[in-house]
Amino acid sequence: MTAIEPVPELTPPAESDSQPAALQLKSVAKSFGSVIALHDITLRVDAGMVTCVLGDNGAGKSTLIKILSGVHRPTEGELLVHGEPTRFSSPREAQNAGIATVFQDLATVPLMSVWRNFFLGNEPLRGVGPVKFLDAKKAKRICREELLAMGIDIRDAEQPAGTLSGGERQAVAIARAVHFGAKVLILDEPTSALGVKQSGVVLKYVLQARDRGVAVVFITHNPHHAHLVGDRFYLLNRGQMTHEFERRTVTREELVRAMAGGAELEALAHELEDTGLRP
Amino acid sequence: MSVTTPAPTDERIATTSGLTRLLRRPELGALMGAVVVYAMFSVADTTGKFATIVGTARWTDSASTVGIVAVPVALLMIAGEFDLSSGVMVGTSGLFCGLLTTEYGVPMWPAILLTFAFAACIGLVNGWLVMLTGLPSFIVTLAMFFSLRGINLGVTKTLTDTVRVAGVDKVDGFDSAAKVFGSTFWHPYDYRIAVVWWIAVTLLATTILTKTRFGNWIYAVGGDKLAARNTGVPVWRTKITLFVATSMAAALVGIIDLTRLRSMQAGQGIGDEFTFIIAAVVGGCLLTGGFGSAIGASIGASIIGMAFIGIAYAGWNTDWTWLFLGVILFAAVLVNTFISKRAAGARR
Repeated sequence: MTAIEPVPELTPPAESDSQPAALQLKSVAKSFGSVIALHDITLRVDAGMVTCVLGDNGAGKSTLIKILSGVHRPTEGELLVHGEPTRFSSPREAQNAGIATVFQDLATVPLMSVWRNFFLGNEPLRGVGPVKFLDAKKAKRICREELLAMGIDIRDAEQPAGTLSGGERQAVAIARAVHFGAKVLILDEPTSALGVKQSGVVLKYVLQARDRGVAVVFITHNPHHAHLVGDRFYLLNRGQMTHEFERRTVTREELVRAMAGGAELEALAHELEDTGLRP
Repeated sequence: MSVTTPAPTDERIATTSGLTRLLRRPELGALMGAVVVYAMFSVADTTGKFATIVGTARWTDSASTVGIVAVPVALLMIAGEFDLSSGVMVGTSGLFCGLLTTEYGVPMWPAILLTFAFAACIGLVNGWLVMLTGLPSFIVTLAMFFSLRGINLGVTKTLTDTVRVAGVDKVDGFDSAAKVFGSTFWHPYDYRIAVVWWIAVTLLATTILTKTRFGNWIYAVGGDKLAARNTGVPVWRTKITLFVATSMAAALVGIIDLTRLRSMQAGQGIGDEFTFIIAAVVGGCLLTGGFGSAIGASIGASIIGMAFIGIAYAGWNTDWTWLFLGVILFAAVLVNTFISKRAAGARR
């Protein structure tokens, strides 16, 4: 592998903000046995901003998400939530701390109805004393409203989630997280399985969530999508943080270049030209 | 990026027909099956009693002890797990209660409470082992099945020198316990009190499954364990609770059998685990989890009860009962698979 072309390091985001970061990693490392999945990762996620984490396959994105969402615990370094060092023992704890994660493909239970999926883990209850029942009527109404607000008209809240399209399922998961007042919304490749138009809808919702003051973590391998919505960009490669950009100081081309490893991409372009397959 | 507002109506969206809604019900196949089986035995009946109040008392008697365990077994299957030790647990708990009272002089009611506590522990062990080892519950509970089978025989023989525990009816408190667990009501038809327990268990399970948060979790952990965990559903707690519930339901049947028969064979309940699973599957539970119903399992238990009594009333050789159940099971799975495919909108 050729050395990564140095990209001018830009001024890091101000650390002296009056308000602590919604979520922060300080020199976090994670290893599984002898495999080092992440090494010395420091990042900051602020409310009302979209923080993009970019990386190719195997860059360590999945491990990073799992640390942020409470599935894994870092081997080294610390995780800070609103400035407080925190150690989550389960995803539910992270959720209780206001960190919602939308996992690609793992966001909904296919055989369950849409409304049951929407409220999974946060079911609205009614009843007296210790006897509490699901408030199905309310759940169905809210589910339909929230999805309509996202531009998705589900015909029937009773239909199994497995009958929705990929984009619709993703939308259900995002709408769910925002509805439940997530302070931090982690999106794992939300647009990777979607067509152009549906990606647009999802990106629009990412911005809506941001405008509501949610700290959005947008994990993707698509620099184009990232550049459309991102305020801050972190680039991961082979378990290490290689670049860090702010929106106002980076162009899309720079982002694509940095992500592809710059020189590597050019070399590839030349190679393709040489084969005559590409004019 | 242009903002697209959804059109008020989308031409690709068809309204869900009532038929689709009906087909989505997991117990539909079982209900149709029950009607067919009931009609068949009513016609084949040679005693003229099957379709009467007396006949109903007989087949509900037979169905009740199947249904009481089949319902939690169904919940467990919806959650994606099996319990093959549920049959032998009936014997184990009956023997446990019988030996406590006859050999150790424990009065009936405290012994019953201890039996439920003991059954809960066995369920806990099943659940913990499944979650801790990550092994299929089929294997873990199969091991439990054989272990308990051996313990039942070994302990009973050691303590009584026979393969049965008898003399329970002489124990202090037996009469009141027998009223609650082993009596009959509605003379002269003599419905078994177990039928009431069966209905109560079914209603409770249905309420939990469809109307509570825990019910939502049951579907979720069986439908997609990772998605459930990611949304914050406590997978371990949900599954272990269901193992405990299944074991305690088996203990209830064990005590019903003990108070009714006034004795317990060391081999009691062995083989019933499959009857429970048949009832659950006939009732619409998918073997892969995530789909099914408690009422369905009860309808499945009814079909089994009808088969046991109906075949005898029809004057056929009762040896054929198992063949009948085998065919019913296969037909039910075919119908259910077809139905669930239709229900899922034939997308996958």
